[in-house]
Amino acid sequence: MATYQLTVNGERKEVTVDPSTPLLWVLREDLKMTGTKYGCGVSVCGACTVHVNGVATRSCMLPISLLGERAIVTIEAMNDDAVGRVVQDAWVEKDVVQCGYCQSGQIMSAVALLKATPKPTDTNIEESMGGNICRCATYVRIREAIKTAAARLK
Amino acid sequence: MPRYRAAGLLISIIILAFGAWTIIASALGQAREQGRSDVSRAQGLVAWEQVYSVLTHPRCINCHTATNYPQQGDDRHRHFANVVRGPEGKGVPALNCVTCHQEVNADSTGVPGGHDWHLAPLSMKWQDANDNPLPSAAICRSVTDRSKNGNLDAQALLKHHEEAVLVLWAWQPGRRPDGTMRTLPPLSHKEFVAATRRWVEAGTPCPPAR
Repeated sequence: MATYQLTVNGERKEVTVDPSTPLLWVLREDLKMTGTKYGCGVSVCGACTVHVNGVATRSCMLPISLLGERAIVTIEAMNDDAVGRVVQDAWVEKDVVQCGYCQSGQIMSAVALLKATPKPTDTNIEESMGGNICRCATYVRIREAIKTAAARLK
Repeated sequence: MPRYRAAGLLISIIILAFGAWTIIASALGQAREQGRSDVSRAQGLVAWEQVYSVLTHPRCINCHTATNYPQQGDDRHRHFANVVRGPEGKGVPALNCVTCHQEVNADSTGVPGGHDWHLAPLSMKWQDANDNPLPSAAICRSVTDRSKNGNLDAQALLKHHEEAVLVLWAWQPGRRPDGTMRTLPPLSHKEFVAATRRWVEAGTPCPPAR
């Protein structure tokens, strides 16, 4: 076991966990932040996506020991994020969500895309969102929502 | 000795000395061009085939693709999660290489890592569009083409093989998600560098294209 100082959504947190514990489980079980989801545990589905120093990251495969001083941002912070709020509003407007399980990861990836590429093409969207899987197949509405959000972002 | 004979003798000596100097300088130039003169072209070609055996091992060739995606595993299958090359070989927003690959191997989760994890540029593709390794002659010519290899001369190629972080990773590739160790290239890193050095000293010869 080891103690780690984390910055999560701008707040300092301290956890004592096994160094090999993936960030996902530190968030969900130690910090009780359950917005980030477990979908596969092997980085295939994207449900666990968070931002680490601004980079979309698969938290299920990131051992806490490799995090260092990098800042973590989760889905819980998206309403207070300028781009995150626009994306979430677009998600609601386009009625994207069905079961909702993948959508935290979808939104985190969409926000990362729009912060890097404010006016994404269909190819940009397909390539960047292609690693986030939706069993309910809301892909068409995800694409529409991203385009709607992009149109509203300056 | 009459003066004119002495002058003639002096001129002859000068001409002979100049001729000898020209011959020696030419030989030295050839030796410099070839590298150490005791590594023949034939030996250099043998060394190159040893280098080629490493370059086409999955730990190396999986990131030297001709396509829009990297490969993974000893069977060199397409990398999962639909990851793509991106404009700089580092993936795309929301699906960068560093989305999963950290600065070091994550043996507890099986994700390999190294500083600035990324694909080799398309100019350094060692496969064809069908994921088949290119022949030895083709890769040799590509690797020695300074318009393709990042303007590396022979010594810089040797240094790259000796020191580049992602090259060194191939010999410390970490564990797979199932806990087993990834396979290593057919030569040790020391042997790989030695083969590269012999190839460089032979003047980086390439086998003939077939």
